[in-house]
Amino acid sequence: MTSWAGAAAQLVLVGVLAPIVVGVTRAVRSRLEGRAGGRVLQPWRDLRKLLRKPPTSPPDAGIFFIAAPPVLMATSVIIAVTSPFITTVLPAGSADLIVVVGLLLLGTVALALAGLDTGTAFGGMGSSREMTIAALVEPTLLLSVFALSARVGSSNLGTIISAAASHPSTVFTPASVLAFAALAIATLAETARIPVDNPSTHLELTMVHEAMTLEYSGRDLALVEWASALRLTILLGLLANLFAPWGIAVSGSAAGLAIGAAAFAAKVLGLATVLAAGEVFAAKLRLFRVPELLAGSFALSLLAVLASYVLA
Amino acid sequence: MGLLRRILKNGRAAESAVPTDRAVPKAGDLGGSVQVRHVDAGSCNGCEIELGQAFSPVYDAERHGVRLVASPRHADVLTVTGPVTVNMAEPLRKTHAAMPEPRLVVAVGDCARDCGVFAGGHGVLGPVADVIPVDLHIAGCPPRPEQIVAVLRGLSGR
Amino acid sequence: MNPTGTALITALLLAATAALAALVFPAAWRARVVGTLVAGTGSSGVWAGAAALSGHGWDADLPRLLPLAGMRLAVDSLSGWFLLLIGAVAVAVGVYTIGYAGPGGRGAGSRPSLSLLPVFVGALLLVPAAGSVPTFLLGWELMAVTSLGLVATEHRHHAQVRSATVWYAAMTQAGFVTVLIGLTWLAAAAGTDFTAVRATAGVLSPAVKNAVFVLCLVGFAAKAGAVPLHPWLPRAHAEAPSHVSALMSAAMVKLGVYGLVRVGFDLLGGGPRWWWLTIAAIGALSALYGIMQAAVATDLKRLLAFSTSENIGLILLGVGFAGLYNVEGARGLAALAMAAALLHTLNHAGFKALLFLGAGSAVKATGTRDLDQLGGLSRRMPATTMLVAAGALGAAALPPGNGFVSEWLLLQSLLHQPGAGAVLAIAAPTAVAVIALTAGIGVATYVKAVGTGFLARPRRAAAAGATESPPSMIVAMIAVALACAVLAVLPTITLPAIGRIVASLHLVSPPLDGGLTAIQLSGYTTRFWPLWLAAAIVVVTGLVAVLARRFGRARRRAVAWDCGDGPLTSRMEYTATSFAEPLQRVFDDALAPERDVDVTHHEESAYHVQAIAYRQRIPDRIENRFYQPLLRAVERLGLAGRGLAPGVMHRYLAYMLTALIAVLLAGVIR
Repeated sequence: MTSWAGAAAQLVLVGVLAPIVVGVTRAVRSRLEGRAGGRVLQPWRDLRKLLRKPPTSPPDAGIFFIAAPPVLMATSVIIAVTSPFITTVLPAGSADLIVVVGLLLLGTVALALAGLDTGTAFGGMGSSREMTIAALVEPTLLLSVFALSARVGSSNLGTIISAAASHPSTVFTPASVLAFAALAIATLAETARIPVDNPSTHLELTMVHEAMTLEYSGRDLALVEWASALRLTILLGLLANLFAPWGIAVSGSAAGLAIGAAAFAAKVLGLATVLAAGEVFAAKLRLFRVPELLAGSFALSLLAVLASYVLA
Repeated sequence: MGLLRRILKNGRAAESAVPTDRAVPKAGDLGGSVQVRHVDAGSCNGCEIELGQAFSPVYDAERHGVRLVASPRHADVLTVTGPVTVNMAEPLRKTHAAMPEPRLVVAVGDCARDCGVFAGGHGVLGPVADVIPVDLHIAGCPPRPEQIVAVLRGLSGR
Repeated sequence: MNPTGTALITALLLAATAALAALVFPAAWRARVVGTLVAGTGSSGVWAGAAALSGHGWDADLPRLLPLAGMRLAVDSLSGWFLLLIGAVAVAVGVYTIGYAGPGGRGAGSRPSLSLLPVFVGALLLVPAAGSVPTFLLGWELMAVTSLGLVATEHRHHAQVRSATVWYAAMTQAGFVTVLIGLTWLAAAAGTDFTAVRATAGVLSPAVKNAVFVLCLVGFAAKAGAVPLHPWLPRAHAEAPSHVSALMSAAMVKLGVYGLVRVGFDLLGGGPRWWWLTIAAIGALSALYGIMQAAVATDLKRLLAFSTSENIGLILLGVGFAGLYNVEGARGLAALAMAAALLHTLNHAGFKALLFLGAGSAVKATGTRDLDQLGGLSRRMPATTMLVAAGALGAAALPPGNGFVSEWLLLQSLLHQPGAGAVLAIAAPTAVAVIALTAGIGVATYVKAVGTGFLARPRRAAAAGATESPPSMIVAMIAVALACAVLAVLPTITLPAIGRIVASLHLVSPPLDGGLTAIQLSGYTTRFWPLWLAAAIVVVTGLVAVLARRFGRARRRAVAWDCGDGPLTSRMEYTATSFAEPLQRVFDDALAPERDVDVTHHEESAYHVQAIAYRQRIPDRIENRFYQPLLRAVERLGLAGRGLAPGVMHRYLAYMLTALIAVLLAGVIR
């Protein structure tokens, strides 16, 4: 019973927090750029308005175009419910990290197929670039999973996070630091942030993620935007909890859940602020330089694995 | 560190908010979120520069919930500048048709209202109202960014 | 006779009957009768396999059937697994052939083609059931020859079919010769019967064991399509008719894996570490090279063939690591790796058969295999599109597909490595990196195949005129898709069978428990619920879609946004080549594409260009680097050999005289 309460609390918190995370990144960027900028709750207003508008589909598009927003939303929701963000007490234990990586990839594939289904040149271009980046991020993700799991002998998220929570000293080993750096770069690539992709660009030829969604409108667009915000929150939350799991609830008590929720919100918003501040100082990389960045993150994760063998 | 020093030195570049234009009918269910798609139907780009300034750090229309978007499918408001030239008439109609309901059209500048100095020109078809239904006009050649921000703020309601 | 024997004999008899029926029946009935009988053969094969896997092994000795050595059949649980696999694919292919070959009597429906098909299936069932070296070799060669005839079905229509047939013939016979030498050496040292070999394997000298292993590795890896012995695979699988491609890709290449496991683990009883490292290295190379070539392939069936090479690479990684762990003494982990490899053979058979049958459906309807010309099939052939998408889900190893389950198991076996020894400490992370990169590129490949081949608008007229395939083809594909779905959500039903197999290979049971719906590693908290995950994805997607429809406004259809200056033509859609272009650029050094630019100038002025022709080809670099020099050397040798026979009578008489003198001298000197 308490595990289902924990799962429901996570779903509500992550769902509500996700657009706020996007709002915070935009607000921090605008303040640093000297602008007044939109409010933190602006993405929620955008979503509310979009949900009330009718969706459109091109006549050539089939089931893949229409099904992609619900599939993207579903994969994000499943990860939000089964990964330890607020508490480690979840129904059926927590998710396996390889399964989480697989679900993220499933969401990406759904959107890429929708981009191709529109039959427009921009949709195809976005899909092509997105799949190239996803293909090159995969080795980093799985090797980081390897580095994190080899330490505790399991790829179960709950086990990894509980082990890190009970032995705080393991967080500051070289293997952890290297894995954190590798996963941070992989997060930037997965969530389409600078330097891999510019989320606020208007120039179609510079788009990767946005190009696939050019044809969506109304509530389809609302679902896609919300799901993207959920993915950003999920990835930042995983990054925070895998390497700094303090505050997470290990029992099902209401007080523990409240503390866990507050800690999660604080960590994710803090990481979002750092992300946004970093974006002010960096520029988007040329598309054909992105593989070099991803190869660098792969090298970091490989070093993390070797460090975890040699030093642990 | 140079950039950080400059950020700290310059501080905030945005001026205080422009008062909202009370004459604009609040667009009902937009609720503080306005996405704008701009089409240049044949202008001299003077209005574009002012429109660009309306979204710059100094005037910053984004603080009222207004954002520029790339695709008309994502937009609620279509801003049109310039007299509609013969070649741009069909693209303008298509852009308008691609927008989902509810959609509004704002004609920016004197040329969009009555062709301005280009009236009777060889490639000019007519004002924007001849091609698509227009909801609002912003007068001026070119209109000041404060006027543009005031109208957008009125549409957004924030 | 026990159920296994009955079912196997029934299968072989049905195959023979089908072959005769193909020769006797007229064209209008031929495909239907043969297809049904082949499906019957397959069902008996499935029955035999299932019976063997539930513990009913079977032995039969038929000394008079083959001269000199006789025939011996022996079905144990490892054979049963492959019998089940082959039988299941044969059932689907049989039903598919009814619609694919059709009543025309030409091409795939001709007498030679339809009579060879059941013989091929029979040979495929004979190989795992072989209990002695001569029987195994007989089955192997029969399989090779019949598949060769089937690959050549359409040789009158396309020149590439002839070239593919020649490559396939040469490489399959070369592989057979290597296996022949290896197995006869083993038979000479340890006896022809498999039981005799098992008993004597302990006392064989390491040199003999190593030599036999290397020879068998070369032959079996060539049959499995592992890089660098792969050049026949993309050619043969692409040019063969699709039902044959399905049988070859889903069933035949697995017999290469069967041979390796049988010889390496069972007959020779395990070996030194370098054996397994070699297999794992070949597996890693196949996985990477195969998926890179598939990612840039624009021919749909060539893409699927290279993807087979990639999956064989993953299976060989599992087998190699099973052997490595066994040598290190971690028998539980070895069993886990072997379980992952075996499960992947079954899963791959499922989704690859589905993909090839679907590709056949699309190719038959449109007349072209070129992804750059296909498209728009989701409206014209909705059933085929959805079934191919289901196969692609499994092939891309995404949850909730069946490929994800076996890949998860393989990764788990690598994650829990015992930690002792520098070799494993380097090999395991490398293998994980290879699997990850392969998985990533594989996903991009299948998004390309489904997205450009089936979605949006047709790119050429051929695709625009497509209509849905006949019901027998759809029914066959649905059956395979259902099997894949069962394997995806309830993979634990295969665990008891796998447990029996690894026990027969002298490993302990794989440390997996968790009941019907969960896969759990005993002693660790690692677990995974395929059924609940699939259910969650389907239910939550449906819920979101229904809620959105209920509380939102109605959808409207509008022309795609074309930036105002339309209309969008099909030439403006992304093609498969353009989709793969960023990936091709990333791997430019490994792929080394060949580009030709022909500029035709105006006759009046060299400064004005009249036409530019651009051609890009991605060659198979391993083929160019290793096989072309070999072929040129063989050609030179042949040409030099002609010098020995100039047609001059005196020269031939001199040869005979020299030979006579040499023989007399040899008789005297000895």
